[in-house]
Amino acid sequence: MTKLHLYCGYCGRPRTEPGEESSHDGCAENLRMEPPRYCSQCGRRMQVQVSPTSWTAKCVEHGETSNP
Amino acid sequence: MSTAAEEATGTTAEDRDILAIAREQVLERGVPLDETQILRVMRTSDAALTDLLALAHEVRMKWCGPEVEVEGIVSIKTGGCPEDCHFCSQSGQFTSPVRSVWLNIPELVKAAEQTAATGASEFCIVAAVRGPDERLMTQMREGVKAIKEAVDIEVAASLGMLSQEQVDDLVDMGIHRYNHNLEAARSFFPQVVTTHSWEERWDTCLMVRESGMELCCGCLVGMGETVEQRAELAAQLGELQPDEVPLNFLNPRPGTPFGDLPLMESTEALRTIAAFRLALPRTILRYAGGRELTLGDLGTRDGLLGGINAVIVGNYLTTLGRDPKEDLALLDDLKMPIKALSSSL
Repeated sequence: MTKLHLYCGYCGRPRTEPGEESSHDGCAENLRMEPPRYCSQCGRRMQVQVSPTSWTAKCVEHGETSNP
Repeated sequence: MSTAAEEATGTTAEDRDILAIAREQVLERGVPLDETQILRVMRTSDAALTDLLALAHEVRMKWCGPEVEVEGIVSIKTGGCPEDCHFCSQSGQFTSPVRSVWLNIPELVKAAEQTAATGASEFCIVAAVRGPDERLMTQMREGVKAIKEAVDIEVAASLGMLSQEQVDDLVDMGIHRYNHNLEAARSFFPQVVTTHSWEERWDTCLMVRESGMELCCGCLVGMGETVEQRAELAAQLGELQPDEVPLNFLNPRPGTPFGDLPLMESTEALRTIAAFRLALPRTILRYAGGRELTLGDLGTRDGLLGGINAVIVGNYLTTLGRDPKEDLALLDDLKMPIKALSSSL
């Protein structure tokens, strides 16, 4: 089942707030050059480890995501 | 005397005069520019930029050669730093989203392997600390040993300010090069950091230089310093005579005091690269953080043809870099061989 991305990985705010559409375009652009810092499921700050060719981000509640 | 062709380019008499001085002094004789001369270079017009970059490239090729040193870096201890370097997202004093995390030894070795796989000859282990405590020194001792057993690569370190005993310990571990940046000119430093002094950084650099380890000492430009302070910084680095100078361009980080500063203009960044090369003709001058945003693909190429002779490939400590394959393809295109392990620039 596909996970819903409820929170922005860059700024940690909810992806859709009343009266807002596409409010995270700038965040998406920033995420091209940095790993997500906030969990897409709960908006918590994650522990992020960047290595020379990959990164890993851990949420205490929702576990680990990584790239590649 | 200037030719009609030179005047037609839009360069000024002052541009042509300082470039002629630099050509004779730095290119022909290998004598670095002094602070006043560096400032004159940094004040040259945009019309002179192509000529300036070409001269800086000639200087690099004559005094350093065509090889490019490739390095990868990793953070062994991220975030939670007690210092207040105003550009840094890892300071515990700001509301940055970066959380504290430690890298374990298997992951450290994996990062060294990733770096070596790019063809890099240098792997730098970095910690966000004022200076290393016993826990970090123990982690370094075990980590460097594990890397040396598994990966054929030179190991460098950047762990903040050191005591003489810690310098000696790092030498014993086999650390090849130690990084400790001045970050900014002495006159500008108090506006960048208040929790330690420029002089404390200088003292650590002197201890490293005397230790037998190579000294890597760089800086960050685009933090609101004046062009005079940028020239002062280049001259202070010249006085220190580091083996390597990593040149960072400010990437304004959310939550830091410098988070709202604008990016440095690309022409200004390129002029800075060339001026640093003329101030440091024999030094390894490395592209470090912020170049992707400040210079983009085209500017990255221009810098490699304007004095740069080393790159950090792949990701940085908390942000992502270009795909290493793109940088390696660019070096291949420019016919700049990657420095082999254990050869000297």
